[in-house]
Amino acid sequence: MNMQNIISEIENNDPEFLEKVDGRRAAMRDFGRFAGKVALASIPFALGSMFKKAYGTPTGPKDAITDVLQFALTLEYLEAEFYNNAIAAPGLAISLTGAARTAIGTIAAHENAHVTFLKNTLTALGTTPGPKPTFDFTAGSYAGGPGNGNGIFSGANSPFVNYAVFLAMAQTFEDTGVRAYKGQAPNLIPNNDVLTAALQIHSVEARHASHLRQMRKANGAAIPAGVNLKPWITLNQSGIDAPFATAVQPSYNGEELTTQATINIININGQTVSANAASEAFDEPLTKDAILLIVDPFIV
Amino acid sequence: MATQNSNNNQVELLTESTIVPVSRRRFLGYVGLSTAALAVGSMASCKKSDSNNGLDLGSGDIGILNYAYALEQLEAAFYTQVIATTYSGISATEQAYLTDIRDHEVAHREFFKSALGNNAIPGLEVDFSSINFSSRDSVLGTAKAFEDLGVTAYNGAGKLIVSPDYLTLAGKIVSVEARHAALIRDLIAAGSFADNTAIDANGLDGARNPADVLAIAGTYIKTKINASNLPTS
Repeated sequence: MNMQNIISEIENNDPEFLEKVDGRRAAMRDFGRFAGKVALASIPFALGSMFKKAYGTPTGPKDAITDVLQFALTLEYLEAEFYNNAIAAPGLAISLTGAARTAIGTIAAHENAHVTFLKNTLTALGTTPGPKPTFDFTAGSYAGGPGNGNGIFSGANSPFVNYAVFLAMAQTFEDTGVRAYKGQAPNLIPNNDVLTAALQIHSVEARHASHLRQMRKANGAAIPAGVNLKPWITLNQSGIDAPFATAVQPSYNGEELTTQATINIININGQTVSANAASEAFDEPLTKDAILLIVDPFIV
Repeated sequence: MATQNSNNNQVELLTESTIVPVSRRRFLGYVGLSTAALAVGSMASCKKSDSNNGLDLGSGDIGILNYAYALEQLEAAFYTQVIATTYSGISATEQAYLTDIRDHEVAHREFFKSALGNNAIPGLEVDFSSINFSSRDSVLGTAKAFEDLGVTAYNGAGKLIVSPDYLTLAGKIVSVEARHAALIRDLIAAGSFADNTAIDANGLDGARNPADVLAIAGTYIKTKINASNLPTS
């Protein structure tokens, strides 16, 4: 089998072939020399990928979709490891008990299932799932920060020692996850199956957030005085007290919207709808960049 | 299809002078209106009813928004009744939560009504005869069914939406419905916020197509709804 002849034959039948495979005409003309240097077994793969690029599914939408999936996978890795660590943490053994431990076990199982599901989906789409990052749940590992392991969630404020901090961080991760999936949904429009699956994860994260907020309300710790913490997000309130309030606030900024698609929701059409209710009734998306800024301190 | 085509031909003759193109489908329903449909009290003012096929939600994104509007009408009417006639033994916490949820659903309903403008379906007539509003079990059981159904409805409708903006709006609402669903489930049985009756082995919530959702919701909606013009993919 002579690769150069195959390329030439294709080019005769489809003069634009070499343009279609990325326009690297010169490189393609050298394919014969290149082919002589590589193991014969690998050539079908190289050729196969060229054909796919020239004639297969448009790569643009597929790349956009796998980009979203890789991004989502990073967030799910983060959540899964966070809960896995908490369940195993000796420091939470006396506080994370009974129904609370059962609930966190349920949530952890979902996050681990999401990791597996996203990896399988990426593989099915022909993309290698990204590896799990190394996480620093003290939030120490951002540029110019105090260094790995020394962030504000360290020592007595570690989520794996301090139950209130654990719940506050869990709530924030879930509320952030909801915003992340919501923000990516439009990018998934070209693939109905992936879009639907992402929405099916999105609402699970919202269920988690709702329950964690109830757990925090019942626990009562680290909630600012005068704040009525609810299963839904009121205005841009995190419901998380100092010294963590500032750190988590980017996950809640923008949630205070009371206008949707230029329609004012407050007292809409003569109904009694307060500003609080108007903001609670709609969760807001965040861009990928905004989400990455939020999770960056946790990624080494 | 044959009937629809013949109606289309009729409408073609009328549209130029009488209605704007965007309302042609609605007008089709009006053409088909019979005296039988007019006999339904609350539907008397409905311009979009068809005696055989019911209230036409429309097609494309408008159809999906009307579909969402219909579901939000159902939820808002339910919680309005829940708060108007609270069940015996309701706690202050439960009443506060259910009042919040009522306000959210009213906000959703009115948002769709305003966003749809002239394309909005009219108000639906609901049928809550199967619900005992004085019973906590009945009210919360129905609330759970509605919220879980709403989540699966939005999850299943996402792929039917063409406009990224509408998809985002649906996303803004569905996560709030999921928050409601989790809370209601926890009120019924603590810790059931995302149990395996709602979430599958992949950690995924449900997704239902409009036909399946409306078949379930139909128990509570007296108005006959025609979803046959909704997109299917």
